[in-house]
Amino acid sequence: MSEPAGTASPWVDAVRAAALFAVDPIGLVGIVLRAHAGPVRDRWLDHVRDLLPTSVPVRRLPLHITDARLLGGLDLAATLAAGRPVAEQGLLADVDGGVLIAAMAERMAGGTAARLSATLDTGEVVLERDGLAMRFDTRFGVIALDEGLTPDERPPGALLDRLGIRLDLSMVSTRDAIEQFYESEDIVEARARLASIAVGDDVIEAMVGVAVQLGIDSLRAPLLALAAARASAALDERDAIGPEDAALAARLVFGARATRLPPMEEPPPPPDQPDEDEPEPPDQSEEEEADVQPLEDLLLEAAKAAIPAGLLAQLKMFGGRQRQRSSGKAGELHQSKLRGRPIGSRRGDPRAGVRINVVETLRSAAPWQKLRRGEAGEPVPVAGKGKGKGAPVRPQPRVEVRRDDFRVTRYKHRSETTTIFVVDASGSTALNRLAEAKGAVELLLADCYVRRDQVAMLAFRGKDAELLLPPTRSLFRAKKCLAALPGGGGTPLAAGIISAALLAEDIRRRGQTPTIVFLTDGRGNIARDGSPGRPKAEEDALAAAKLVRSANLTALLVDNSPHAEPRARKLAGEMGAMYVALPYADAGAISAAVRATVLPAQRNGAPAR
Amino acid sequence: MRVVFPFTAIVGQEEMKLALLIAAVDPSVGGVLAFGDRGTGKSTAVRALAALLPKMKAIVGCPYGCDPATPGTHCYSCRERVANGETLKSKQIPVPVVDLPLGATEDRVVGALDLERALAKGEKAFEPGLLARAHRGFLYIDEVNLLEDHLVDLLLDVAASGENVVEREGLSIRHPARFVLIGSGNPEEGELRPQLLDRFGLSVEVKTPEDIKTRIEVVRRRDAFEHDPEGYVAHWKKHDEKIRKKLSTARERLPDVKVPDAALERAATLCMSLGTDGLRGELTLIRAGRALAALDGADEVTDDQLKRVAPSALRHRLRRNPLDEVGSTVRVERAVTEMFGA
Repeated sequence: MSEPAGTASPWVDAVRAAALFAVDPIGLVGIVLRAHAGPVRDRWLDHVRDLLPTSVPVRRLPLHITDARLLGGLDLAATLAAGRPVAEQGLLADVDGGVLIAAMAERMAGGTAARLSATLDTGEVVLERDGLAMRFDTRFGVIALDEGLTPDERPPGALLDRLGIRLDLSMVSTRDAIEQFYESEDIVEARARLASIAVGDDVIEAMVGVAVQLGIDSLRAPLLALAAARASAALDERDAIGPEDAALAARLVFGARATRLPPMEEPPPPPDQPDEDEPEPPDQSEEEEADVQPLEDLLLEAAKAAIPAGLLAQLKMFGGRQRQRSSGKAGELHQSKLRGRPIGSRRGDPRAGVRINVVETLRSAAPWQKLRRGEAGEPVPVAGKGKGKGAPVRPQPRVEVRRDDFRVTRYKHRSETTTIFVVDASGSTALNRLAEAKGAVELLLADCYVRRDQVAMLAFRGKDAELLLPPTRSLFRAKKCLAALPGGGGTPLAAGIISAALLAEDIRRRGQTPTIVFLTDGRGNIARDGSPGRPKAEEDALAAAKLVRSANLTALLVDNSPHAEPRARKLAGEMGAMYVALPYADAGAISAAVRATVLPAQRNGAPAR
Repeated sequence: MRVVFPFTAIVGQEEMKLALLIAAVDPSVGGVLAFGDRGTGKSTAVRALAALLPKMKAIVGCPYGCDPATPGTHCYSCRERVANGETLKSKQIPVPVVDLPLGATEDRVVGALDLERALAKGEKAFEPGLLARAHRGFLYIDEVNLLEDHLVDLLLDVAASGENVVEREGLSIRHPARFVLIGSGNPEEGELRPQLLDRFGLSVEVKTPEDIKTRIEVVRRRDAFEHDPEGYVAHWKKHDEKIRKKLSTARERLPDVKVPDAALERAATLCMSLGTDGLRGELTLIRAGRALAALDGADEVTDDQLKRVAPSALRHRLRRNPLDEVGSTVRVERAVTEMFGA
């Protein structure tokens, strides 16, 4: 049961994390497990279940859970039978003291995440539904199963911020996923010790310091790391958090949250000084103080070792702060009358092309039955009556439903458009063009509340294309992301078109409708493989354009060269895109062109899948 | 009752705390919107405020908690009782701070048929909803930008009129519902509808503290609280008590705080230079300034108070120009500096 050193295999870490979680599911709040559905994930989940005491409830949170099941509501059958309102607990109350497993969390709706977050924060479910006002105390841990494939496809930000540990088992093969170090007895003992674990001020300071150095803004992160370190100390039968606990916690909690690398300065002070320089060692721990490295550096090393490789490369490249890729998924759903996912019901007339919700209608009619029968002067039917043969049976409705009772189902339907701006950022006019495109993005966003559309932005220059703004509806986020604009270099037109097509496919997979707007003069000079040369570049660009056409994507090409450029027109033709020549186009003109041409076409019949 | 983190133990976030106190001193300021980063203690502050508020007088047996001092605002039931010759008694009750949880259904928000009585006795009776409970107090919506549209519409209507009109299921009832709207949320989850934005008197931007000492203190206090909630609250009780007294005194002083013509003129000029729409900005600025003066123990509103409340009172009222690089906070601050000097 020895503590794995600085780096460990993902599986070893995952097993350790499972144990920490089993010790303190509430303090750690939860684990985000990125993995494909398969034997590795199953094995890990089984392991967690084995570690938890058998009395602990483990429930699954289905993706499209209704509010009635999630929060609770009126139990219709019991209410009618008992003749008084009977409340039904929801899932969040049922799981009190246990573990909630959220399946396909990367597709969880912002609304569900917000309800879950509120419950996690306050430790109670506040129910204000169906004429019931109740509160249920509930505390539980969450395991969010994340099956996302791309970095942008991940659980809602509100949830990511709250769940302590993030694991990635997508690269772990079944052969590696063998070892398990803990037994349920270890957990029981650790749980008993948990409350008495001492936390030194130095640990708190180091945790906060490391979080700052790694650019982790949320103050929940250091608190979660403390909880993880505490659980680790309890598991290893220590009285206080030791450096190894803190290092493990930093690795598990901070690793995936890092948004930048600490500034590369001179190496830390020579290792023989800490004897005098270090703050007073906390009174509880004696042995680990011989450690030569200051705690903060130790934690930083540990956390850095756990930053996912892809992210690390990105962070290094940008040097500074990585763009926050939080997924502002909330509210991007469109309400439709008949299609999509049901999101509850509301009072309404079932005539106007909407769908009646029978159960909800009955539910709203139920309380009135006695009253209505009384009004009509009819006797209240008694069970078993009318069984006798030949009894004069007056057709009496079993349930009297009136117009006021009608409830119609509301649907959410992801039908909104995501407009991808693809901007030619090469050469001398680049900065200007980029600024105009940025202006157009912001103008479109400014009135997008009404239409609930999203906007994304890609720029291509030098040798490759870069995603400047991932799809968003938030003007706030757009401003944040578009602050620094790169410009200059060659024109890798083909790369730009291909990136846009890929992003569009990605958006389509999420059930939204992509639209691509190109801002270019259509004169590429960098081929797809990054080599310079106009003929090859243009050939590649035309080939890429065919890709757009074959994918059946709606596109608009804004030609912003001073004179209408035949190459741009040809490119638009190949893509099946609309072509607009807007020499010296400004932000207003671009957004007007998008609104006037693409969006209406989109609405009337472009393929919406 | 659930133990909440003490108000005075919240580190930093001065603008948010001040805005909440101002709204508590003078509800007519019109609510507070706290928008900002995750994990910055937005909802903690609101819940902490609830534990801090001085009690208020309410009529015994009134479902809406009517104020005995203002018979003109009484609800139907109190009027009826007076008409029947009853003398109304009053008692001290805590100021309601009502949560509007996401997923609340319309019937619980506005009030609806009393299920229990309808089912058991076959009686038609009105059961007041969240709006009734929030009367004379606070209505808190966390993640306000995720609230469903039909609930937002409903809230807008009631917040504007101060009265809840229920016409459903054969019930026809109107009752007073004057409350201070408090909303919090994260702008990355989406923007707030402009109409709802305008309903909030003050708007604060909550940011994660940058300073490492402050951050350490936040984490340390939170950890201590979670370790022993009761003990921690007891430890801060004295401080909270002080703020509570300050609130009570400020409320008493409020009617006596003078607003000199110079201050009115300052407010008007400031709003004009920023081009805020309508008069709401000016009005809020003056009211918030007056409440702050009351909190400060000052006799009249001075430049100092206006300067301190201007960003919260005005930043969400600027006409939005998406092409403008500068955030609205900076624009307000610039205008303030221009007018009052640094």
